[in-house]
Amino acid sequence: MSKAFIFGNNVDTDVILPGSYLNLSRPEDLAKVCMEGFEKGFASRISRGDIFVAGSNFGCGSSREHAPLSIRAAGVSAIIAISFSRIFYRNAINIGLPIIESREAVARIEAGDEVGVDVHTGIIHNVTKNEEFRTKPFPKFIIGIIEAGGMINHINRDHSFQE
Amino acid sequence: MGMTITEKILAHHAGATGVEPNDLISVSPDLVLSNDVSAPMAIAEMKKIRNCAVHDKASIVMVMDHFTPCANTKAANNCKLCRDFARENGIENFFDVGSMGVEHALLPEQGLVSPGDLIIGGDSHTCTYGALGAFSTGVGSTDIAACMATGNVWLKVPANIKFIYTGTMREFVTGKDLILATIKKTGVDGCLYKAMEFTGEAIDRLSLDERYTMCNMAIEAGAKNGIIAPDQITREFAEIACKRAPRYYASDADATYEDCVEISVSDLAPQVAFPHLPENGRDVGEGSAISIDQVVIGSCTNGRLSDLRLAAKILKGKKVHPYVRAIVIPATQQIYRDAMDEGLITTFLEAGAAVSKPTCGPCFGGHMGTLAAGERCVSTTNRNFIGRMGDPASEVYLANPAVAAASAVRGRIADPSEVFHE
Repeated sequence: MSKAFIFGNNVDTDVILPGSYLNLSRPEDLAKVCMEGFEKGFASRISRGDIFVAGSNFGCGSSREHAPLSIRAAGVSAIIAISFSRIFYRNAINIGLPIIESREAVARIEAGDEVGVDVHTGIIHNVTKNEEFRTKPFPKFIIGIIEAGGMINHINRDHSFQE
Repeated sequence: MGMTITEKILAHHAGATGVEPNDLISVSPDLVLSNDVSAPMAIAEMKKIRNCAVHDKASIVMVMDHFTPCANTKAANNCKLCRDFARENGIENFFDVGSMGVEHALLPEQGLVSPGDLIIGGDSHTCTYGALGAFSTGVGSTDIAACMATGNVWLKVPANIKFIYTGTMREFVTGKDLILATIKKTGVDGCLYKAMEFTGEAIDRLSLDERYTMCNMAIEAGAKNGIIAPDQITREFAEIACKRAPRYYASDADATYEDCVEISVSDLAPQVAFPHLPENGRDVGEGSAISIDQVVIGSCTNGRLSDLRLAAKILKGKKVHPYVRAIVIPATQQIYRDAMDEGLITTFLEAGAAVSKPTCGPCFGGHMGTLAAGERCVSTTNRNFIGRMGDPASEVYLANPAVAAASAVRGRIADPSEVFHE
């Protein structure tokens, strides 16, 4: 069961992972303080496989990779937003956290909806409402990075950066 | 077809004759920068790479600036990890307490950035170096790890937006006010994934320090990079300071821009970005009823010598309001020393301000000036997000150093001309 959490526009990295936690680096430590700037103890509400749904410019601000890492470590399986800040976008891909841009899906998905995401096809499926949203799939080499579980594994598989 | 300065620098580093927006390219950066927040994670990731080795140690720069001098044992362990890595790998450009400064002020000062360079950094404000006509952008720790090991990074070529600034700026209006006014116009996501190119007569007259401030905050409009084409001011600096041979690029007359924005600066008042987004810029006068608890003058945005001169000009012979803690942070050891030689430090101390050694500490709520619930701070830094400088119930107002200094004296948000000419 992947239930959706809904957020607004401009969810910044200080809200996702406040600066005072920046000297943490172990995923299990970061998981506990995920979205701590949004709501104290928020991480305890996340179950493995859940999905974040947000407005525009999700992840704006700092380049801290701690932010997407904390989201992944807390159990979130994908993020759907109208748009992402570009550094957050790179970081999420580089750690193998699927992120998809879809204005239509964001407009329709409600809190608690069960949602599935297929990175290969770019299809978002709202199981609760039985609705489907098609997005432009990632370029092949980005799918390669996500499939490998991130950039480092991708390099270890001897793939070059380019398609 | 013509190219912009951003496209030319990217094409050169991709070994291509030309690039177009949305092209995915692999480039070899001239510098790979990281700090005590991004480097520990990058080093850990790099060690997971098979047959891991540093590709080119001369291109690696590490600056211990965020939690230093170490705020706690976790920070100390992180810095030690970086220090050990630098020593094991013979990284010469490793800047620790005593030689370090706030990274984006330090690197140009050390001559490590040249016009025409391509630089990636594990810090979102890496876009600062666009002020020298370089392409620079922030990335995360995994990108830093991959680039330290392979010498390459993938980039998507951004579309370009041209900003043209016309007119003459009033007294106490600075580059900080131009960029706050710009972000107010574009919004915090108005330039998402784009290159912001700053041009026009007002930019031509800006000091290098103010150009750094402008490019530094391009990220606050969502941009990939901010850039200013080199001119005589850039060349004079490059000839003295830059260790690598500069390559001067300019945008072609027939280059393609997705948008062109004209901004008249003549009537612009000093700007204050209200909580909780940098796009909430208002004229300084609109804040005159807002009382404050702290002022921070420093950071990669406004901690350079000319920023300290401007703050000292306001604070000279004045006293910081008894209810305000004023913290002044010269961004590098050299700036600290120059400020001392010029008597600026004495001015700050006589006014009742605290002067700290270089650190990023208060800007991100790390240490050295963290805010309590309900407190308000006027800060010359770059972000005023919820909880940015401490408790989620604190507030940050972004402004230039003159506004910050005037506000420190008044105990409320104040127009510098009101304090200076009283």
